[in-house]
Amino acid sequence: MGRAVTLVKDSAPAARKARPAARATEGRPGRRRENLAGYLFMSPWIAGFLLLTAGPMVASLYFAFTDYNLFTTPKWVGFDNFTKMFDDPRWQKSVEVTAKYVIIGTPLKLLLALGVALLLAQSRRGQAFYRAAFYAPSLIGASVSVGFVWRSLFSDGAVVDRTQTFLGFHVGGWVGSADWVLYCLVALTVWQFGAPMVIFLAGLKQVPKELYEAAEMDGAGPLRRFWNITLPMISPVLFFNVLLETIHSFQIFGSAYVVSNTYCGPADGTLVYTCYLYQQGFKNSQMGFASAMAWMLLLAVALVTAVLFWSQKKWVHYEEDAR
Amino acid sequence: MSATTGKPLSGGPGRKRTGSLVWHLGALLILAVILYPVVWVVGASFKPGKDIINSLTLFPSHPILSNFKGLADGIADIRIWTFFQNSLFYALGAVAGVLISCSLTAYAFARIRFAGRNLLFSLMIGTLLLPYHVLLIPQYVMFQKLGWINSYAPLLVGKYLATEAFFVFLMVQFMRNLPRELDEAARLDGCGHLRIYWSIVLPLCRPALITSAIFTFINAWNDFMGPLIYLNEPGKYTVSLGLMMFRDSDGVAANYGGMIAMSLVALLPVLLFFLAFQRYLIDGMATSGLKG
Repeated sequence: MGRAVTLVKDSAPAARKARPAARATEGRPGRRRENLAGYLFMSPWIAGFLLLTAGPMVASLYFAFTDYNLFTTPKWVGFDNFTKMFDDPRWQKSVEVTAKYVIIGTPLKLLLALGVALLLAQSRRGQAFYRAAFYAPSLIGASVSVGFVWRSLFSDGAVVDRTQTFLGFHVGGWVGSADWVLYCLVALTVWQFGAPMVIFLAGLKQVPKELYEAAEMDGAGPLRRFWNITLPMISPVLFFNVLLETIHSFQIFGSAYVVSNTYCGPADGTLVYTCYLYQQGFKNSQMGFASAMAWMLLLAVALVTAVLFWSQKKWVHYEEDAR
Repeated sequence: MSATTGKPLSGGPGRKRTGSLVWHLGALLILAVILYPVVWVVGASFKPGKDIINSLTLFPSHPILSNFKGLADGIADIRIWTFFQNSLFYALGAVAGVLISCSLTAYAFARIRFAGRNLLFSLMIGTLLLPYHVLLIPQYVMFQKLGWINSYAPLLVGKYLATEAFFVFLMVQFMRNLPRELDEAARLDGCGHLRIYWSIVLPLCRPALITSAIFTFINAWNDFMGPLIYLNEPGKYTVSLGLMMFRDSDGVAANYGGMIAMSLVALLPVLLFFLAFQRYLIDGMATSGLKG
């Protein structure tokens, strides 16, 4: 009951009705005071947004069209950085590596997250324990420590190598192989499936039980129930996870840097986009080129975000009367 | 599987028990794979350096302590404790900044009706999706001009200016769900926004504040790129950078045992925080997706 009351109060028509009344009693000075209070409370964020986000974005767009090594003044070069970039085989390699990482790693991670969430959602004893244990890798996965552990586990003669040899695959340690080292990173991101899993689990808990009971009475099997009830009901959560995980994995840096022992190799095998950006900007002092690279990354992320938001009309179901 | 148990009642307790058994077996199997690396690093830190990669037993039959004892000597004339002090300073500084600046911003978004609020809120959400790397180079240039390189200022300033949009968002969601009657009553008593923020909203927001504080601490503790770019004097290194000093240039650490022991010690604060506060972390994570 109490929840319903607050809901009505927050809804738009009620607010519209309440506002003239407020204006009548408080008058204009009250409103001005509210504006002032709002901006005073917001002032740290506004300063941060202008100085650390908006300003740098404009500056980086400008640097992208200049030759700039941090010590001399930036020299305008037009689209040179971009044409150089598109012709650069290492840039192409970094795009390929990152695309592979995103396209293979993100779906695997989300599938595992959804699968384990479905398993845990069956509300058996020990659910909280498993949930916590599966979540733990998400907290430590980005650390240098885990990078070292990964490097060790995937070395020649270590446990992964021995297991695959035992199974009949003679690949050797993934860390030392130009073809396989990227999958070492993919394994590391998939290992951190706990964070999206927790979000899936919370979404699954919100699906009304009556829907399943009704479907079961109609004779729908588990697969039908998953496809026709679970999936549409958790589609907003799925969308959220796809969006955040994709954007996130475009920006992988630390793990690639540590697992490949700062070289992003062998043979540029883990030269993810940000590793190359770091090398160009901070090792070669090519701030203009690195800025151009950063803007290409921004465009790619913006494009993926736009496509996802456009596609959600087709597959994401938001319940209008929910909450 | 359940068909082979031969119980007459298909929906009876026998079937339920097998189902439960299969479920637990499945979950434990995944758990074993997932936690293997964590268990491995604990075992490996008690092995001599040359055995770490090649021995397949998780725990050595003759555990040694020399890897940990070696840490007491420090590395390259720097005491290990220095890295921990630096990381602690960075992480606690970040926590204080995030708690103050994000809660003030969230209060304005959730509780004050001011012109332009919706526009600013959209901008804030937009920064959540913005790749940090676009800001990396101009920020570096700016901090370099300010003479802030090789200090913690570039790492911390954003935390005090509410650039961590995720936490602002988390707190806004929490504050919006607090009953409005509370502020209305306080206003009738003549309280201004500052009083309402400090004495009513903040105490009620404790769960959201705790979640934000722990996530901030862990993120700062694990942060690698920030310190890598801004700190260049080993005495100022955080634990992440200190760990990197254990690796050798050709990738085979001269002191492999020390590197693994240090890795474990570096993980401990995060793991302890997790054990103590896992409920706050997981619930905070879960709500971020539901209301998004």
